[in-house]
Amino acid sequence: MTDHIVKAFDEDLREISSRLAEMGGIAERLVAESVDALVKRDTALAQRVIAADDGVDALQREIEEKSILTIARRQPMAIDLREVVSALRIANDLERVGDLAKNTAKRVLALDGEFHAPKQLRGVKHMADMVLQRLKQVLDAYGARDSERAMDVWRRDGEVDSMYTSLFRELLTYMMEDPRHITLCIHLLFAAKNIERIGDHATNIAETIYYLVVGEVLTDERPKLDTTSFTKVSLTR
Amino acid sequence: MDDFTVKHSEAVRPHEVSIPAPTSRVDSAADAPRRAEVKSLSFYYGDKQALNAVSFPVLDCKVTALIGPSGCGKSTLLRCFNRMHDLYPGNRYEGEIRLLPEDLNIVGGDVDPMYVRLRIGMVFQKPNPFPKSIYDNVAAGLWVRGVRRKALVDERVELALQRAALWDEVKDRLRESAYGLSGGQQQRLCIARALAPDPEIILLDEPTSALDPIATSKIEELIATIGDQVTIIIVTHNMQQAARISHFTAFMHLGNMVEYDQTEKIFTNPSEKRTLDYITGRFG
Repeated sequence: MTDHIVKAFDEDLREISSRLAEMGGIAERLVAESVDALVKRDTALAQRVIAADDGVDALQREIEEKSILTIARRQPMAIDLREVVSALRIANDLERVGDLAKNTAKRVLALDGEFHAPKQLRGVKHMADMVLQRLKQVLDAYGARDSERAMDVWRRDGEVDSMYTSLFRELLTYMMEDPRHITLCIHLLFAAKNIERIGDHATNIAETIYYLVVGEVLTDERPKLDTTSFTKVSLTR
Repeated sequence: MDDFTVKHSEAVRPHEVSIPAPTSRVDSAADAPRRAEVKSLSFYYGDKQALNAVSFPVLDCKVTALIGPSGCGKSTLLRCFNRMHDLYPGNRYEGEIRLLPEDLNIVGGDVDPMYVRLRIGMVFQKPNPFPKSIYDNVAAGLWVRGVRRKALVDERVELALQRAALWDEVKDRLRESAYGLSGGQQQRLCIARALAPDPEIILLDEPTSALDPIATSKIEELIATIGDQVTIIIVTHNMQQAARISHFTAFMHLGNMVEYDQTEKIFTNPSEKRTLDYITGRFG
């Protein structure tokens, strides 16, 4: 894209975009660290994640302010307008990703001194790896303005949902087997839900990138494979 | 325990609220009725070609905006609609502007320019009221068209001033000189003058570029109000203005019509790269 006649306009857009990239980097790191803290039961790391979330919130506010100011000052049109609106939306999603990572980190603190069972963590870790890879891919797609790579994330969100559903069943089984696992498994279930939601935000970001690049709103229904809301549990065998 | 009982009679039931189905502000260009059809229109100032085979529809009771950088031919195109170019020798039209439903080629050599101007009104960049009273300014177009009956002229003058959102400001001073009005009021007077004889199309050539923001807003409000009652073609350098008030937008560059589409589309996701570059301020 050629530059604007008004150079300061290009500066404004570049600034918003680079802030967003920075925010994406931090959000990604917080997700990775929160899961690490959970797997290793590292409360110090969890504390750091909780503290670092403030930085994500601050960046979100900053991006929002800059975007609003740019709209007021430059009245962006077409691709420029989509650029600003997309930044606003993605910043919102990333802010939520930060919150979810923070929530997982808080659970690490709550689990301090609780029964430790590495076996039960394996599924959560595996799911987190998958979601992190999606988040990374979607942020790269934003940097490259690549709608195809973004759509790849969008199409594969169903895999995360399926994994969450099977993890839900697995953790239920552990709880039924041994009530001492209940506290841990409940926290793990919430952590897994956090991670699944981070996947949803990655998918939202993918939709935004599609809108940014193509100029049309994606109207197709995304494949939804999280069926845990409908899952029935029978306690009487 | 009564506190926990949901009182259904008071609960909001969203499904009972009738929400009108969303309707697009604009019909698609394909099926809306047309007031004129520009077909492969070229125009020459002597040897210099200013328009190059321009084609687009003018939709009935819609606002069509012509945008483009200086010298792109948008004013030249607008002026073809009321044969302004006939005032100078050596100017030449090729192609057609067909006025519908009559299907009359208004740039045809056999059509009297005066006849075209009686049917298509025009408002210019700078307000140009006649050195007469407010009333006479608006009535002028009616008199020229042979409307003599006082009651009818009175009625049409009032109606035109009301449509131009000027009536309340001038109703007590209709006999005073139009020169006593502010710039914005004068421009609305010129619009009232153009509206009075009920023209088939009104041409606006940068009608707000000489006005302050408040007067501009009033003109925009007036265009928004009458925009679904009369067919308007507006040339504007202010793209936000085109985006705000028009239903359809045509982007011109170097005498060519680069893109014509719904305004929404042009300003959010144009098909042509040149349009995108222009509306986003990347060349000019």
